[in-house]
Amino acid sequence: MRLEYFQLIDRIVDLNLAGRTISSEAIVPTESTIFEGHFPGYPLMPGVLLIEAMAQTSGWLVVAMNEFKRMPFLAAVKEAKLRTFVIPGQKLIVDVSLDHDGSGYAITKAKINCAGNLICDATLTLRVLDFPNPEMENEMRKNAVRIGLKVEARADG
Amino acid sequence: MSSTYDTIANIIAETCDIPRDTIKPESHAINDLGIDSLDFLDIAFAIDKAFGIKLPLEQWTQEVNDGKATTDQYFVLGNLSSRIDELVAAKGA
Repeated sequence: MRLEYFQLIDRIVDLNLAGRTISSEAIVPTESTIFEGHFPGYPLMPGVLLIEAMAQTSGWLVVAMNEFKRMPFLAAVKEAKLRTFVIPGQKLIVDVSLDHDGSGYAITKAKINCAGNLICDATLTLRVLDFPNPEMENEMRKNAVRIGLKVEARADG
Repeated sequence: MSSTYDTIANIIAETCDIPRDTIKPESHAINDLGIDSLDFLDIAFAIDKAFGIKLPLEQWTQEVNDGKATTDQYFVLGNLSSRIDELVAAKGA
């Protein structure tokens, strides 16, 4: 996890296109300027960033399912529950299932566990649009390599 | 009006917190009911689930943008109901 670069996901640990699920993992850094403000003397992983981790994992599932043809953008967060504090150094497992593949949008159900305990969960809506430019698509492909998302494997069978 | 219309009117009332009796078959979802594109995604999701279809929102939007259709054809609720009936029939064919 590199919070300052908005890299909330370290790697994809499972991708099941038939089952429309994905799992990722991320380790909360032990040091970050974010913890200087959230909170002074009591560092906690911000809940909005936990939601972002669920959104990014959801996005990678959508990207994998459409084989990098289109880009998901977070549009709505529903029923988000932040159940437990997350502190620096903890390892998070993010599990996402695709609830609905609509025309130009997708709905996912996401949750984060830490050491077997449910940390948070939410239902997310993503708009699914064409990549706005080739540069973004290229950067997303680089990110996919960084986190071990094997998008091309599906096309190759 | 058809049960399809009643279903989508109920979905809109519940999803967007609009009084059910203000929703009419001639209501335009955007112009009359003030539903924005994000709220319409919630409606589309509920309609997709209720009817087992996939509203072709992107195709409709493209047709409107290309001048091949008007928003009335897809977003006046009586017309939307007819489009849904067509999609359900096509799915069963």
